[in-house]
Amino acid sequence: MGSRASTLLREEEIEEIKKETGFSHSQITRLYSRFTSLDKGENGTLSREDFQRIPELAINPLGDRIINAFFPEGEDQVNFKGFMRTLAHFRPIEDNEKNKNPPATEPLNSRTNKLLFAFRLYDLDRDDKISRDELLQVLRMMVGVNISDDQLGSIADRTIQEADTNGDTCISFQEFMKVLEKVDVEQKMSIRFLH
Amino acid sequence: MELFFNPFDNLLCILLGISFTVWFTLLLVFIIVPAIFGVSFGIRRLYMKTLLKIFEWATLRIERGAKEKNHHLYKPYSNAIIAREPTSLEEEIKEIRRSGSNKDLDSASEFEMSDIFYFARRGVESIMDDEVTKRFSAEELESWNLLTRSNNNFHYISLRLTVLWWLGLLIRYGILLPLRVTLAFTGVSLLVFLTSLIGLLQNGRMKNVLSEKVHLMCYRICVRALTAIITYHDSENKPKNGGICVANHTSPIDVIILASDGCYAMVGQIHGGLMGVIQRSMVKACPHIWFERSEVKDRHLVAKRLSNHVQDKSKLPILIFPEGTCINNTSVMMFKKGSFDIGATVYPVAIKYDPRFGDAFWNSSKFGMVSYLLRMMSSWAIVCSVWYLPPMSREEGEDAVQFANRVKSAIARKGGLVDLLWDGGLKRDKVKDTFKEEQQKLYSKMLVGTQEDRSRS
Repeated sequence: MGSRASTLLREEEIEEIKKETGFSHSQITRLYSRFTSLDKGENGTLSREDFQRIPELAINPLGDRIINAFFPEGEDQVNFKGFMRTLAHFRPIEDNEKNKNPPATEPLNSRTNKLLFAFRLYDLDRDDKISRDELLQVLRMMVGVNISDDQLGSIADRTIQEADTNGDTCISFQEFMKVLEKVDVEQKMSIRFLH
Repeated sequence: MELFFNPFDNLLCILLGISFTVWFTLLLVFIIVPAIFGVSFGIRRLYMKTLLKIFEWATLRIERGAKEKNHHLYKPYSNAIIAREPTSLEEEIKEIRRSGSNKDLDSASEFEMSDIFYFARRGVESIMDDEVTKRFSAEELESWNLLTRSNNNFHYISLRLTVLWWLGLLIRYGILLPLRVTLAFTGVSLLVFLTSLIGLLQNGRMKNVLSEKVHLMCYRICVRALTAIITYHDSENKPKNGGICVANHTSPIDVIILASDGCYAMVGQIHGGLMGVIQRSMVKACPHIWFERSEVKDRHLVAKRLSNHVQDKSKLPILIFPEGTCINNTSVMMFKKGSFDIGATVYPVAIKYDPRFGDAFWNSSKFGMVSYLLRMMSSWAIVCSVWYLPPMSREEGEDAVQFANRVKSAIARKGGLVDLLWDGGLKRDKVKDTFKEEQQKLYSKMLVGTQEDRSRS
C-alpha cells in the first residue's frame, strides 16, 4: 500500500541506489511503492510467488526465466536493492551518458549488460555458455506444444551452427554478441519512464 | 452528605435527559423525517464544499513544508509510470529481426536469438507496472484529505496542520461515528421490523406499494448513516420491471446507494447471522432471490430462477454485479456472462466514487466486513455519482460474452473508468494457462509459418 512508500526508504538508501543504477529520485520512490505493493508478506523482500501473482507476467512464456533473473544463485528472496539492480538493465541509455567520460565501472544499462541479461535468460545452468540442450529447453518454453521435437531440434541446430565460431557446439557470450551486433539492443531492451 | 449529593445528582440527570432529548429530536427532524419523505435540506452538500476547501489548504501546507525542508514529495501518479506501446507480438519481433538482419526479408530465418528481447522487455514492463494488480488496492490520492490512512508525506505536517488533524479526528470519531452508528441501527432495525410486519399482509397491490415505501425509507436512513452524497444522472433510464440492472462493483455500499433511489430484487447467497436475519425478513415483503450455499454452484438452477423472475412483469428488476468481486473503482473488469444469457433487457448503471472524501473500496483481503463498515462510518463522507444508462438488449448474432463486453464498455465510458478484459477473480486465483498457450501459439506461427512459405517456394 502506498502509505508506507516513502517513509520506510531512507534518503541515504535512495542516494546509493541512484549512484548504482542511475534511476532518478522520483523513479526510485515510484518503484519502491511498486515493490511494497507486490510484497504481500510485508517483510521487505519479494519471493518468486510474489512475482507470479502478476497476471501479465504469468502468461509470458518466459515468465519463470525472467523471474529467475532477479534471484542470485541459490537465493529465494530479493530485497529492494537487488530488485532495482535487475530493473536497471532496462533503463534507456541517455545521450549525455554516451558523451561523458566512461565511469569506472560499466553502468548496468550498457549495451553489453543488456545483452548479458538476455544471454542469461538462455543460459539455464549459469555456466556462461548456451548448450544445445539449454537452447532447446528455452525454445520449448516459447513455443509450447505447437512445434514437434524434430522441427525444434533442427531450429536449434541451425542456430548453433550459425553462431558457433570455435566449434564447441555451445554459444559463448562473445559468440552471442557477435550474432546480435547489428540489432538495436539499446532501443529493444529499454523501458521508457513517463516521468 | 446525602443532602449534598442529591440536588447535584438530580441536576446531572436532568441535564443528561435534556441533552438526549435534544439529540434525538435533532436526529429525527433533520435526518429521519427527510429520509422518510425523500427530501433533503442540503446540509450534506454544504458540508462537502467546506471539506474540499480544507483539503486544498492542507495539501498546500504539506507542499510548502516539503519545499522548506528541501525534500522531494511523494507524488502519486494515477497514470502509468512507464510507456507501453500497444504493438503486437508479430510486429515487434519482425522489427527486432529487421534491425539485426543483413539478409533480405523474404528469406528471413525462422528463429533469431534476438526474439527473446520481446519477451524479456514485456516481462519486465509488467513487473514495473501492470494493469491488474493495482486494481485490487485502494486508489492513491493527489491531495491529502486529513485521514492518516491516505497520507504518504507524514513528516511534513506543520503545527497548524496537526491541530487540524486532531480536530478532524475528534469530529469524526466523537461526533460523526456515534451519530452514524445510531442511524445505522435505526435503519436496519426498522427494515427488519417493518418488512416482517408487511409480510403478514395479503399479496396484492397494497402490499407492493407499502413494501416499496418501507424499503426506500430504510435505505435512505442507511444512506444518511454513511453520510453518502449521491448525484443521480439520467433518471429517465431507471430500470423497469422485468429487466436486469447491472452495475460495476466497488463495495457492498453499492447496494444501498442504488436501492435508495429505486426498488430492486436482490440476488445473493443466504448468510447466517445478522445478514441472514435481514435477508429473511426482506423476502417476506417482496420477492428477492436468495440462494442456499449449495445451490450457488448450480449454474442452470441460478439461470432458471433468474429467468423465471424476469418473465413475471409484476416483479421488480433484478440487481446484479457481474464482476463478481469488489474492484477499486478505477476500472471495470470482466463481466460474467451468466446474467447476459437470460434474454432480458439489461439496464446498465455506472457508479463512480469520489475518493477525496473517503475511499469506498472494500479490500476484503485486508478488512473484514465490520471493520470496513467502521472505516466507512469514520470517513468524512461517501460522495459518488450514479449514471443510469439507456437499456440494452442482445443483438442478432451476438453471443452472451460479446453482449457482456458491450455493456461493460458502455459503463466504463460513462463512469470514466478503464475498460479491462481481465477477470476480477484474479484477485484471488491464478490466471488460466490458456492465455500463456495463446502467446505460445502466436509465436510458433512466426517460426513455423516461414517454413511453410519456404516449402511452397
